[in-house]
Amino acid sequence: MSKRTTIDAKGAFCPGPLMELIAALKLVEVGDEIEVLSTDKGTVTDTPEWVNKVGHEMVETVEHDGYWSVVVRKAK
Amino acid sequence: MAKRILIVGGGLAGTIVANGLCRQIGPMLRSGAVNITMIGNTDTHMYQPGLLYVPFGKIREAELFREQRKVLDRRVPYFIDPATKIDVENKQVITESGKAWKYDYLVIATGSRIVPESIPGMAEGAHWFYDLEGARKMRDALEKFEGGKVVVNVNAPHKCPVAPLEVTFMLYDFFKRKGVLDKTEIMYTYPIGRLHALEPVAMWAGPEMDKYNIKYETFFNTKEVDPEAKTITSEEGSTLPYDLLVTIPPHNGQKVITDSDLGAGGWVPTNTKTLHREGSTDVFVVGDTTNIPISKAGSTAHFEADTIVDNLASLLMEGRMARDYDGKVFCFVETGMDSGTYVWFNYTTPPNPGPPSQMIHWFKLAYNRLYWLSARGLL
Repeated sequence: MSKRTTIDAKGAFCPGPLMELIAALKLVEVGDEIEVLSTDKGTVTDTPEWVNKVGHEMVETVEHDGYWSVVVRKAK
Repeated sequence: MAKRILIVGGGLAGTIVANGLCRQIGPMLRSGAVNITMIGNTDTHMYQPGLLYVPFGKIREAELFREQRKVLDRRVPYFIDPATKIDVENKQVITESGKAWKYDYLVIATGSRIVPESIPGMAEGAHWFYDLEGARKMRDALEKFEGGKVVVNVNAPHKCPVAPLEVTFMLYDFFKRKGVLDKTEIMYTYPIGRLHALEPVAMWAGPEMDKYNIKYETFFNTKEVDPEAKTITSEEGSTLPYDLLVTIPPHNGQKVITDSDLGAGGWVPTNTKTLHREGSTDVFVVGDTTNIPISKAGSTAHFEADTIVDNLASLLMEGRMARDYDGKVFCFVETGMDSGTYVWFNYTTPPNPGPPSQMIHWFKLAYNRLYWLSARGLL
């Protein structure tokens, strides 16, 4: 059964939400999901751009009060 | 019975905690109310940022090392006996010798390690400077290099996040001085969609690379290296040829962390402010070992260690925590062989690096010596 891991990268300037996501995906199984919480609006556009390029799957992007939740499923 | 503080790991973070505590709780150590013990893997302490200078012949190897026993306060017994299992349920650490080290407070400072072997062909086909052996091999390769395609390849996660840019600009200067720049093409690759994790640093780096005709490719996460064909291929589907491949290998935490089920990849889930291991109030985590989403760097380790020193001293003397870690990180950035800048930020203050200057480069060179005062808890 797939599992979801959450990374709270709110206010993380370096290495930042997308780098955290890339590193975290290396540690999970195909089918597992990573949720990244980010206060950087750039995450909402950067993440799908990278996910499409590399071949993983976007699950959802949800706007909360002052931050975004971006969920990606490892596809390969 | 004396309160036992056990520090696992003799790098910068663990050493600052040990030395800083000695300065704050001297009377408790003298009376026997508290004792501090450190266990580590080696009798030497290495100044890791100095490795950047080794491939360029800009530092003597001996300058990177001091005896750990001499860096550490004499009141802290130091044992070379690598930890094999950290057992937080039973408040003990098992070591290679078979001994069980009991503690009242534990500080996990085991650090990170490069794992080039996690990417097919990387260990055989690439050079790096993140350990002494790699830096020596890279020095030999640079000595023989007479021009060609150079790829500087960055992988996630990695420590010292400015080092990839530093080595790129230093390579440019090195090739220029060697007289092979007109026969050389430098290509820089980065995992995310800009040239550096820090946006202002990325915005500065782009025009600088354009000025020096350094090519770049973003969204490049290494899938494999073919040492025979001399190519590197990304997960995103790009293949680049190289004559010299300089990589910043991906990192993991230490094996003892995963063997002890304390965190995936060897990164221990850690409270961003208290630096407690999540779920423990008697276990602190410091330096690269944490899973906190900030830079893995010596300065991070230093500022975290200072926080732990204040909190442990307060807990021992007054039974309360003293303060939170504010996420502070400070990094010098070498922008060539003769110029540098710096950047700092914390959880609430974004980075804003100033223009590079020769003076800041000299500060960095001075810090290469002052490091030993930091490790002793004096700076």
